[in-house]
Amino acid sequence: MSSPSDAPESRGRPAGVIHDLGYRPYTGPRLGGGPVARSFFLTGLRNAYGLGRSGRSKVLPMILLAMMLLPALILVGVLVQARDLLQYDEQLVAYSRYPVVTQALISVFVAAQAPALLSRDLRFRTITLYLARPMPRTVYVLIRLASLAVATFILIAAPLALMYAGGLLADLPVGSETKDFLGGLFGAALLALLLSGLAALVAALTVRRGLAVAAVIVVLGVTYTAVSTIQGIAFSTDSEKVGQVAGVFSPYTLVNGVQVFLFDAPNATVLPPEGTGMGLFYVAVALVMAAGSVGALLARYRNVSP
Amino acid sequence: MLSPTIVRLGVRSIFGRWRGVLLIVLPVVLLAISLLVRGLVGDDLDAAEGTLYGLGLVVILPLVALLATSGLLAPEIDDGSISYLLAKPLSRHTIVASKLVVAIVCVFVFGALPMFVAGLVLRSDSPSFAVGFGLASLLAGAAYCAVFAWLSVLTRHAVVIGLIYLLVWEGLLGGLLDGIRWLSITRWAAELIDQIASLELVDDLPLVYALLALAVTFGAGVWMTGRALRAFNLTGDE
Repeated sequence: MSSPSDAPESRGRPAGVIHDLGYRPYTGPRLGGGPVARSFFLTGLRNAYGLGRSGRSKVLPMILLAMMLLPALILVGVLVQARDLLQYDEQLVAYSRYPVVTQALISVFVAAQAPALLSRDLRFRTITLYLARPMPRTVYVLIRLASLAVATFILIAAPLALMYAGGLLADLPVGSETKDFLGGLFGAALLALLLSGLAALVAALTVRRGLAVAAVIVVLGVTYTAVSTIQGIAFSTDSEKVGQVAGVFSPYTLVNGVQVFLFDAPNATVLPPEGTGMGLFYVAVALVMAAGSVGALLARYRNVSP
Repeated sequence: MLSPTIVRLGVRSIFGRWRGVLLIVLPVVLLAISLLVRGLVGDDLDAAEGTLYGLGLVVILPLVALLATSGLLAPEIDDGSISYLLAKPLSRHTIVASKLVVAIVCVFVFGALPMFVAGLVLRSDSPSFAVGFGLASLLAGAAYCAVFAWLSVLTRHAVVIGLIYLLVWEGLLGGLLDGIRWLSITRWAAELIDQIASLELVDDLPLVYALLALAVTFGAGVWMTGRALRAFNLTGDE
């Protein structure tokens, strides 16, 4: 008995035939790569908040979003009261400081959602189905990254917007508030890009979800704690250069330093960059970190077999 | 009480793939920063305390415990191969105990020992500082392992929940609210360090309570894990 694979070949006939069973084919318009990419982006963004997924996967992102918004709401309440009593004319916690204060929550969100978007496609081989669509793998990677970055941006920027609205309603000076708020939004966008780039890279390298979550937290949480430890010690011993250079090793302190340099925003660390040279160094490191993580992510996916 | 086969399998599952790398990275970061701090400030109590407590005991050690423990039970539950293990004629408590022994040895090698060495690096003239941090790390790490083992049997999202517990309860709230010292593994360990190295990391916490609480947490964690494993249900993802 011969095996099925070599039987047709030996007779020199084609290996398979697609029979027309008479089903009606799809004759409507076929959308190209652009709409595929757009709907893929929207699905990813919704999935990052658990929308379109099971009820249990909505719990964590929604709780984190609520926990991000809660301090902002309290701050607005205190601001409204304190404005009459103490004549405050600025936010109690500056826009540039808020993400650093809440860094634990942001790290958990990114760490939980990056593997949900990237690791599962690799683990359960759904990436094969995505790459079978008219969408190049570069676009797949960039869209996944964009979904994660926009979801993170919403998480960081929502409390800022709440504080801005509350500040305007409490009659803070509109001009300076708007300027600070736009600076804060820029920082939120940069931070979201850096965080999601790093987290996506780690998640793409790790197929197991639980391990990917821990690995992202190790990268984000340990670097932040290490940087703040070193900066605290450098501050108390007057070795300021070391502390300022140390600030580039965590995305949170790095983005805060960039904001301090570009917009003269309030600093959230004890040793923000001083002088143009150090400020430009911070900006350069931020750009290299963003470009490097995207480049490494693309390189990682280059040899994923569809 | 222990099964050598499960211990051997546990060691292999911890050091397979990426997990082993992460476990080695954490103590290396701690030692590198200790060396840097020593180079910057010399033999300084405040800096040494800040490094070993704020970075080591609050962040690195719990993460080592979480990584070690989540490598033991969670992957088997994830891919369903735990059912083969549970089908063997072994007490569920034996399974848990064997797995936890591996986790605690990991915590000793990658958590307590580096803390001890970092303590010696930071304060070479007072060995009680290093001994205090090393011993407290071992006890706190064991308690963390038991808690995380219980979590990983309870839910598939044990790593995320464990991280939220660490970052929010032990880290964020523990720094803000003093009352958490009664309910925080890190603070109990800090009290032990206070007694051994005569520091002031936490105030107003009796040593007997701290030691008892660590022991009760560890015992309860181990027992509850075995109990949860006794009536274990494999459920689908999401």
